[in-house]
Amino acid sequence: MKPKFAMYWASSCGGCEIAVLNTNEKILDVDANFDIAFWPVAMDAKYKDVEAMEDNSILLTLFNGGIRNDENEEIAKLLRQKSQILVAFGSCATEGCIPGLANLSPSQEVIETAFHTVSTENPDNIYPQANYEMPEGTIHIPTINSRVKTLVDVVPVDYFMPGCPPESHQISAVLDLVIAVVNGEAELPPKGAVIGVGDSTVCDECTRQRDVKKVTKFTRAHLVGALDPDLCLLEQGIPCNGPATRSGCDARCPTAGAQCIGCYGPAPGVIDYGARLISSFASVIDSNDPDEIERILDGIPDPAGQFYRFSLAGSLLKGAREAV
Amino acid sequence: MTKGNGGMPQEKIGVYVCHCGTNISAMVDVEDVAQWAADKLKHRGVVIARDYKFMCSSLGQELIEKDIKELGLTRVVVAACSPHLHEKTFRTACENAGLNPYLCELVSIREQVSWVHTDKVAATAKSKAVLSGGVERVLWHEPLEAMSVPIHPATLVVGGGIAGIQASLEIADAGHPVYLVERDPSIGGHMAQFDKTFPTLDCSACILTPKMVDAGVHPNITLMTWAEVENVDGYIGNFDVTVRQKARKVITDLCTGCGICVEKCPKKVLDDIYEAGLGYRKAVYTPFPQAVPNYPVMDLDNCIYFDTGKCKACEKFCPTEAIDFTQEDEIVEFEVGNIILATGYDLFDARKMSNYGYGRLKNVFSSLEFERMCNASGPTEGNIVLRDGVTTPKTVGIIHCVGSRDKNFNEYCSSICCMQSLKFAHVVDERTGAQVYNFYIDIRTPGKEYDEFYNRIVEEGTHFVRGKVAEVTNAARQPDEREKLIIQVEDTLIGKQRRIPVDMVILSAGLEPRHDAKDVAKLFGISCSADGWYIEKHPKLDPIATMTDGVYIAGCVQGPKDIPASVVQGAAAAARVLGKIQQGEMELEPIRASVIEEQCSGCRICNDLCPYNAILFHEETMVSEINAALCQGCGTCVAACPAGAITGTGFSNEQVLAQIEGLLMDVNI
Repeated sequence: MKPKFAMYWASSCGGCEIAVLNTNEKILDVDANFDIAFWPVAMDAKYKDVEAMEDNSILLTLFNGGIRNDENEEIAKLLRQKSQILVAFGSCATEGCIPGLANLSPSQEVIETAFHTVSTENPDNIYPQANYEMPEGTIHIPTINSRVKTLVDVVPVDYFMPGCPPESHQISAVLDLVIAVVNGEAELPPKGAVIGVGDSTVCDECTRQRDVKKVTKFTRAHLVGALDPDLCLLEQGIPCNGPATRSGCDARCPTAGAQCIGCYGPAPGVIDYGARLISSFASVIDSNDPDEIERILDGIPDPAGQFYRFSLAGSLLKGAREAV
Repeated sequence: MTKGNGGMPQEKIGVYVCHCGTNISAMVDVEDVAQWAADKLKHRGVVIARDYKFMCSSLGQELIEKDIKELGLTRVVVAACSPHLHEKTFRTACENAGLNPYLCELVSIREQVSWVHTDKVAATAKSKAVLSGGVERVLWHEPLEAMSVPIHPATLVVGGGIAGIQASLEIADAGHPVYLVERDPSIGGHMAQFDKTFPTLDCSACILTPKMVDAGVHPNITLMTWAEVENVDGYIGNFDVTVRQKARKVITDLCTGCGICVEKCPKKVLDDIYEAGLGYRKAVYTPFPQAVPNYPVMDLDNCIYFDTGKCKACEKFCPTEAIDFTQEDEIVEFEVGNIILATGYDLFDARKMSNYGYGRLKNVFSSLEFERMCNASGPTEGNIVLRDGVTTPKTVGIIHCVGSRDKNFNEYCSSICCMQSLKFAHVVDERTGAQVYNFYIDIRTPGKEYDEFYNRIVEEGTHFVRGKVAEVTNAARQPDEREKLIIQVEDTLIGKQRRIPVDMVILSAGLEPRHDAKDVAKLFGISCSADGWYIEKHPKLDPIATMTDGVYIAGCVQGPKDIPASVVQGAAAAARVLGKIQQGEMELEPIRASVIEEQCSGCRICNDLCPYNAILFHEETMVSEINAALCQGCGTCVAACPAGAITGTGFSNEQVLAQIEGLLMDVNI
């Protein structure tokens, strides 16, 4: 009997699923080596089917998406219970990603914004209700959590695989590894490891020339007439997050002339990604004049988006709290 | 980030809570803190917690030493004063008992708790939190070994004013080589410009020039005037210094200092440095007759030959063929073990206070102009006269605190201006018999025999008007104000506005940091205060050392002060340097940053940040490296590294996060 495979989609965009399909014919290896037990995006299944499975009966679960509501959390717990290897797959599951930016506001404000702004047609002030009585009985919809959590915030996680989405060649390599393990040809990395990545930063994979950094202006790549094709973007004033970002993507963005926005998450030694970068960028500003420094910093109009685009929910601060 | 072995750490921690007399115990229940640590931090490895009246006393230290030996403590946490004061004391106690001194952590419950709070219950709770942070932190400490470096016996002294001269002579007299570098053509500094010194009124040159001559001829002093330090690399004991010896266009080996070149030079130049713009010099010149060395320098901006290609009068008349128009700047490199910075001050530019009219009203003089006017060898040969050069003033107003104690300019007191102004009042009275008015905010005369001098000037009949002068103007309102300068002031002792007409106004301008003080500080790796004065290691207990080992400061560079204080600091800095030379080698704190090579991607963000130039980039491996001997453990690069690839000993992520976790512990459970 083939080992069981599961993949689940919690609070995320679906890009991770596409990335798995982007492995092309590798997907056939998955089918050849695994019995697909549960993968809502690919085949029909019901939660009760999973509930009926024996504990630890699924060998590998790739869990993508953050924990936005109680349904996400419930399924995370269920899949943890049923899986031998639970992988936080992709940026949402590992550090919250774009949905995690909702944590900039308390959840009540998020709901207000969704249901009660000038752009919302809601004349009767209808808000979602967790329970609703219908002639056929009570129906439930999931309730929103106070903030977006990461997978490891709610259940123990075996491995972390960052990326928005993870690169297909990295997914292939991880699948190959698991298949090799199943066949007794390889061993799993230690629990808690970050997998499908390089072991340093995007700079390590970037081919651009690097020199001492003295930044006198931050700007955006499309506002610069002609970027030097060979010189480090940060030295050209483009706020590239590569120096703090985990390698593994082959530095595709900076190599193509677009700044790294940090989708591969923090480099191995980084604890709070955004705080690290703020500290680094501040260090290379080449001025001692407070007014000029202000002006240079104005070149980064959206600091939260620049520094915490992917990592806010998983950061030390995690997000805004209700005022006490 | 808690460290432990299944919840039970293997370390045995001793906790010591100090009463500091009543400094701490008046606001913190120290017995409760110790008892709490013994109970509630037991599971973190605390095996003993004591409180004691004075932990820093020898009995207090013995308490720690005894526990280390008898209980086998592997970590020590002392809750007492700031680590600045007693970290070394407790580290030494640990070392005496055979424990690595860096396994000791000092947490401050005095400066950070008892002195800043008024609620004893809250202060006690905060002390527990701070202590808990210290306990979590100390678990991550590692035993460290101090590094030892040899001390080069030579010393660099920068600045040849009285502080620099004093420092140089002290070290040279003790038999060690000194490089004295001065950017002007002669040593002597501001003191060489003065006529009299307060409060004794002895001749400034008479007491200074013997020291200048000593410094000039001393076999252990290499005097480099008309020279500037361009670069400094290295660290205490081993500095590599690069000096630019500017071209004098005079071959010093041949020059006898006869002065014929100066005499024959046809070009007169306004001397706005030494003569404060009141007198003239030649294009080839020595700044003053007693200059040391007495070789002239050539002012290339004003030399007729360099302007037109013709003249060469100096060369023609020089009896020893010492003039060399082709001479170039020379780069001189040498090694020293220690550095003393005595680069002095600039005078506050009184033009900035336009309401006092300096630069606009011709008979308003700056204090330095007046000093030159009083000087017998100065531009007026010691005659006190108005700007026309002949008229003796009948009334003189001296305005104190010009640019000092003023929120618009400098908030600090320049310390010397009161005494200087009193000296001026005396000189005016003695030489002209004119009526003298002193306009002061407060009279500050706290030095030896200074207040007696003030009383003497009062008795001489000088008028004192207490009030900050609003304006000096030549717009007369009364007949008796015509052709006069009118000083508008609120006399705060009688509570009235007064207009006092005078012939001459002297502005007692304050002292300011050198205009390039910040650049020089960066060159030597030290820091400036917001005002621009160099920051001493401790304002009371270590005023001549800096946070950079091996770099000392003396004289006005540290803050405004008078001649005796400058001399004291010069001598004190020399004593410190001599101590280091005597030691032969010294131990460096092992608090250092280091790069985790595998995590460094060579992004080079850190490369230009190190104030001690300790970071080296390896092009071939694309990895940055920190020279442990140069690193001072400041942490700048640690904070800047985007990859978190640099770690600071004693301040690792683990230590800092564990400390925060400890601080956030609920101490009321």
